[in-house]
Amino acid sequence: MSLTNKNLLGIESLSAEEILLILDTAENFKEVSAREIKKVPTLRGKTIINLFYEPSTRTRTSFEIAAKRMSADAINISVSASSTVKGETIKDTARNLEAMKPDCIVVRHASAGTPDMLAKYVDCTVINAGDGAHEHPSQALLDLMTVKECKGHIDGLKVAIIGDITHSRVARSNIIGFSKLGASVVVTGPRTLIPVGIEELGCTVAKDTVSAIKGADVIMMLRIQLERQGDSFLPSLREYATLWGLDKDKLKAAADDVVILHPGPINRGVEISSDVADGEYSLILEQVTNGVAVRMALFYLLLGGPRESSE
Amino acid sequence: MANRLVIKNGRVLDPSTGLDEVSNIYIMGGRVASIKASASDDSPLEEGVEGLDIIDATGKLVTPGLVDIHTHLREPGFEYKETVQSGSQAAAAGGFTTILCMANTEPVNDNQSVTRYITNKAESAPVHVYPIGAVSVGLKGKCLTEMGELKEAGCVAFSDDGMPVQDSGLMRRALEYSAGVGAAVITHAEEPELVRDGVMNEGAVSTRLGLPGIPNAAEDSMIARDIMLAELTGGHLHVAHVSTRGGVELVRAARTRGVNVTAEVAPHHITLTDSSVEGYDTDAKMNPPLRSSADVDALIDGLADGTIGSVATDHAPHSVIEKDVEFATAANGIIGLETAFSLVYGLVLDGKLTLARAVEAMTASPAKAIGLNCGFLRVGGPADIAIIDLGAEWTVEADKIVSKSKNSPYIGAKMKARVERTIVGGKTVFTLSE
Repeated sequence: MSLTNKNLLGIESLSAEEILLILDTAENFKEVSAREIKKVPTLRGKTIINLFYEPSTRTRTSFEIAAKRMSADAINISVSASSTVKGETIKDTARNLEAMKPDCIVVRHASAGTPDMLAKYVDCTVINAGDGAHEHPSQALLDLMTVKECKGHIDGLKVAIIGDITHSRVARSNIIGFSKLGASVVVTGPRTLIPVGIEELGCTVAKDTVSAIKGADVIMMLRIQLERQGDSFLPSLREYATLWGLDKDKLKAAADDVVILHPGPINRGVEISSDVADGEYSLILEQVTNGVAVRMALFYLLLGGPRESSE
Repeated sequence: MANRLVIKNGRVLDPSTGLDEVSNIYIMGGRVASIKASASDDSPLEEGVEGLDIIDATGKLVTPGLVDIHTHLREPGFEYKETVQSGSQAAAAGGFTTILCMANTEPVNDNQSVTRYITNKAESAPVHVYPIGAVSVGLKGKCLTEMGELKEAGCVAFSDDGMPVQDSGLMRRALEYSAGVGAAVITHAEEPELVRDGVMNEGAVSTRLGLPGIPNAAEDSMIARDIMLAELTGGHLHVAHVSTRGGVELVRAARTRGVNVTAEVAPHHITLTDSSVEGYDTDAKMNPPLRSSADVDALIDGLADGTIGSVATDHAPHSVIEKDVEFATAANGIIGLETAFSLVYGLVLDGKLTLARAVEAMTASPAKAIGLNCGFLRVGGPADIAIIDLGAEWTVEADKIVSKSKNSPYIGAKMKARVERTIVGGKTVFTLSE
């Protein structure tokens, strides 16, 4: 089996079978990172461009390590948003990069839909590494992998996603991904940060944190952008922490074997208390480890042999 | 060249007079000399009659030249997008014989010299072009323009279109002052604090696409404010590009209680919904944004019952520099002159509008709303005429668009009805070459 699309622009375009294929493939690649020599020759001679229009440490590093462990050549391009204002259209950027014959462009951009536009203009594979508040598919895949590893399955699980849903691409990709694999997803957060029609992605909306995490098998806390404080979304981080932050007390409502995820970076004491973040239920560092494996799997499935040879 | 012209055997439809009959229109000296029912007209109408040009319109619809009270011709300042000349040619290709151009040029049309620059350019344009002056100097919403002088120089209405007049006090004074000058204030109704960084309609589609939304309330609240100010002042308020069902209801209620308010709707707002934004097509990005199907239905109802009197294109040319970019940073607006009639006729074919109402909304209604002496076919009146083949089917193709800009979500779409010939002052300014 292989992936039907040469690009990964969002979880929305993946079938449940394709998601499971990526997770199984990632499981196999995870072992490479545990070796003394952390490298396989699979993608030797392939060129991968990491095109980041937004600052990112962990996602960019994870993609770069994944590419290098597959023996591909990875080039990082960090573009400050200001230089794109000077007149080069996304189409021109895309065509210039394409002229250098890369095999894959991994793109992150603050504006939703930019990877979709890029994919229209280039022939090589495009992987969305996060676009605005739209999708962050590789994050959802590593979250799914982490939960599946721990629980053995996704279907039938109750997943609570808590925080700023409006501005979160991680939330959107995870709502779609977990619901596609048969989990029931509930979201909650301040009403100012729950976007209209979010239910149509495959989730329900709970009125508060405790009712959202009641009986939850998985809790995913979202990072709250500190600048939301004081604008019309949030009165204060203090109140946010009180009402929506996850601490030991609220956690009692969850299932006994609940696991806790966070896409990072964490605001300790705001959306999650330190004891919970560092506690026994937390899979936060496991997520980071699995991030490399998932991205190796994506490169392999999108750039490696199977897709082309099946055509 | 012959000094007399006859358009024979066309179905002449003029909603302003109730005429709908196969007729011959005689034109002399750029004016309509007479209109005679073909069945009872026994004049010799054969080629070769000296001094007589004959246009055979058998099987075609003949209407007053279409009137578009909302275009952006981009000149001066943005000539790479459109000029008075190129926009007028696009208008002629769409059957329009009179168009109004908005003030958001560079420099802004907020003083006589810019107005005269535009009217100068308009003299050699194929259709009648009348400028709309700015409400506030520089569109900055701070102080009123010299509306009296602007009108004297040729402005026929006032609008800060593109920028809402945020200051309620200024809007009040604008409506009062313009009432004295005798011209409408056209409002671009949108509460900026409710728009913020919004780039499309707020709803399930914007949530899925992860794009910041613009709620209907942004438009409704300012339409409500402006109606109250029109009521307070007695000034004539014209609401540009209504896009919400709430806006239709507000205008309907205001007109019922006698407020001096008129309204227009753009063809795209009655034919497309926010689902057109799927795939992040920047040619579906406009302001106000494409709304939900409930809004589209309410707008069509409002157009059908006359609450919204006019169709106006909001023809907004942009080049690839503004459109081949990230969705959030792409410019708002689409071109509309060349597809307008076909799109509205699509609603006629769907049984949602009568043909007479559709033509009225593109001729007599907009002319009346602004106080223009056009949009009708009457003896002694201007021979501004559109000849339309209602049976034609065509596909919108980018390389056949007359406008300088090609930013249309309808490229590739199949259309019904096509303008075959446009006549201004008795002279043909456009003929379909296919």
